[in-house]
Amino acid sequence: MTTMTPAPTSHKHTMSALVENRPGVLNRVASMFRRRGFNIDSLAVGTTEEEGVSRMTIVVEGPPEIGDQVKKQLDKLIDVITVEPLTEQESITRELALIKVAARPDQRREILDLIAIFRAQVVDVSQTTLVVQLTAAGDTLDALIENLRPYGIREMVRTGRIALARGARTTATHQHEPEALRRFHQESGRRPEGELPYASK
Amino acid sequence: MSGADIVLECLKRLEVDTVFGYPGGAVLPLYDRMPAHPEVRHILVRHEQGGGHAADGYARASGRLGVAIGTSGPGATNLVTAITNAQMDSIPTLFLTGNVMRSLIGRDGFQEADITGITMPTVKHNYLVMRAEDIAPTMAEAGYLAMTGRKGAVHVDIPKDVFIEEAEFNWPDTISIRGYRVPGEADPAEIRAAAAVIDAAERPVIFAGHGVIQSDSAEHLRQFAEKGGIPILNTLLGLGSIPPEHALSYGMMGMHGSYWANHTASSADVIIGLGMRMDDRALGRFADMNPTAKIIHVDIDPAEHGKNLPTLHPIVGDLAQVLPQLTEAIESRTHVEWIHWIDSMRNEHRHSMAVPSGSELTQQFAITKIAEFIGPEAVLTTGVGQHQMWAAQFGHVSRPRQFITSGGLGTMGFEVPAAMGAQVACPDRAVWTICGDGGFQMTFQEIATMVDERLPVKMAIMNNGFLGMVRQWQELFHANNYVSVHMSQPDFVKIAEAYGIHGIRVTDQSQVEDAIREAAAYPGPVIIDFQVTAEDNVWPMVPAGAALSETIEGPVRVG
Repeated sequence: MTTMTPAPTSHKHTMSALVENRPGVLNRVASMFRRRGFNIDSLAVGTTEEEGVSRMTIVVEGPPEIGDQVKKQLDKLIDVITVEPLTEQESITRELALIKVAARPDQRREILDLIAIFRAQVVDVSQTTLVVQLTAAGDTLDALIENLRPYGIREMVRTGRIALARGARTTATHQHEPEALRRFHQESGRRPEGELPYASK
Repeated sequence: MSGADIVLECLKRLEVDTVFGYPGGAVLPLYDRMPAHPEVRHILVRHEQGGGHAADGYARASGRLGVAIGTSGPGATNLVTAITNAQMDSIPTLFLTGNVMRSLIGRDGFQEADITGITMPTVKHNYLVMRAEDIAPTMAEAGYLAMTGRKGAVHVDIPKDVFIEEAEFNWPDTISIRGYRVPGEADPAEIRAAAAVIDAAERPVIFAGHGVIQSDSAEHLRQFAEKGGIPILNTLLGLGSIPPEHALSYGMMGMHGSYWANHTASSADVIIGLGMRMDDRALGRFADMNPTAKIIHVDIDPAEHGKNLPTLHPIVGDLAQVLPQLTEAIESRTHVEWIHWIDSMRNEHRHSMAVPSGSELTQQFAITKIAEFIGPEAVLTTGVGQHQMWAAQFGHVSRPRQFITSGGLGTMGFEVPAAMGAQVACPDRAVWTICGDGGFQMTFQEIATMVDERLPVKMAIMNNGFLGMVRQWQELFHANNYVSVHMSQPDFVKIAEAYGIHGIRVTDQSQVEDAIREAAAYPGPVIIDFQVTAEDNVWPMVPAGAALSETIEGPVRVG
């Protein structure tokens, strides 16, 4: 197999996986990535429209050809229902950041003007700091952070990337299941495995 | 019904008639109920690893589900090698462990181990069952996963008080798992595309792997190869998928495959991989494994496609269905020149895989004589190392499930318990195990189990006083720097006596045939201590990291 243009040595692959919401599923995914030497750039998990099914958005860094193996190895996990690689062009990606930036009262105006360009918001203020919130694609967050850096970033937090395919296309195969089968899956998929003594509620 | 009764009832539903196990605190409630379920035969082993390998050998010999049981903590961790071994070779196995009571989980209770955490990366799937009512659906799912698709090891962990808890027995009528599909037939368009490549090939070759045996497709393989006129090479675990006498059968490829097999693999223009995972031991250095050949790769596990080698035509499916599809699709052909080229290469290079002449007692000689005597209807297991490779080369493996060896994980100590499991699965077959003197000493405690259960396994120890394969590598790749590789041995005949079985010592070629006959005639287990030449090397050899085309046929200093 050959490619016409020289391939970049490293590439970010975004995988969107629907998984059974069972104890240990995150461990299974993380364990597989570690074992196979796949490098997780970020991982975000959350619930979906289907009870008992969660969506994981996983960003993997590696050579272009690794994407196919990552997808197949994820798909091989029993608790992983579907995996779809999402490209930048065909999907919407978002990250959220909270940035606590140093701001004397006389600097506030300037910072507010700056973050307005990014359509970010101030969600907390003190005598010496502002907390700025922005939901955007990762590179927009990077740009905001770079612009705030001169003021002094006291601390910050970013979520992993979440992504969804553009248009009417969905990866949610459960929506096409006959009602009886869907109920069966909901019951067995959500089959509680009991509570551990220290399980969080 | 108690959780323990549910487990045993589930085993019956899964048509399990034998389990290999070792009791302990956490599984006491399960053992307590065993007498009430006499349909499930429990074989008390002497170490959980032995029980796990026995379940593995049972499954390999019979194609049925192998089951092993261990208690919590150390019982469970002792199973880990056996679990990993079974999973690496895709053996349908179910491992049951007890765990501490639910209220103690996570509190470092006595004999607690996070065994589902430990086995997670080495199983097809695992479960921690926290309610008795979940046992039956879980066991049904576990058995289904172990036995379907790419088969494998499934582990179910059950806390002690769940065995005691009462619940309804709710065996599910159907199993459906959203994230799990069992491949069957291949896409007809892919079959057509692959057939066109095969039809156009001038020098095609088949790499027949373990999948041919696992899917009971040896007959389909023969028909496919005969119609296409395509020579067949076997991986280690694919041995037995075609008899060596067959005109298109050219034996084992790989690190200790024949010169002609490795050069056939390297010279083909089309490679058809069937149920094999393009392993480094079979293919040598990936980048130079015949980079110009077009590769058609049929496997039931799509993740094997493109894992190690770029594949032109990946085909996902079950060989039992894909092979008939392919046979139907290809043209009837012969490849006279190609076959002639391989044949003449084989004639020229046969010497590099022959039993050494001379009067010394070599492993090659002993194994050849054993194979001749016991024939293909017997089962032959091995450990790992030189004796394993010589058993593969000289064992005359002719039928599926005849040859049982630890391929992927390469587990020393597999030989004796695997033979025990095979003997349980095949009470009417002779079961012989070719043992290394090192591996034998790892697991021979199972002789006591064989005595209890009247399992007449014949154990042929290739005793060279060395960890032979390690010594070979130290000789060839570490300039004769022998480190921790010479082993003093106990008196194996006295070990036989201590267990109340028969022991025979063989020190000379002339005693070999009599010893084999004597062992076969003895009604119980036998140890034969073959005191073989100490410093022989396995040839041919592809040094680690070399290409198949760099196969070395005989003694030269490497590197």
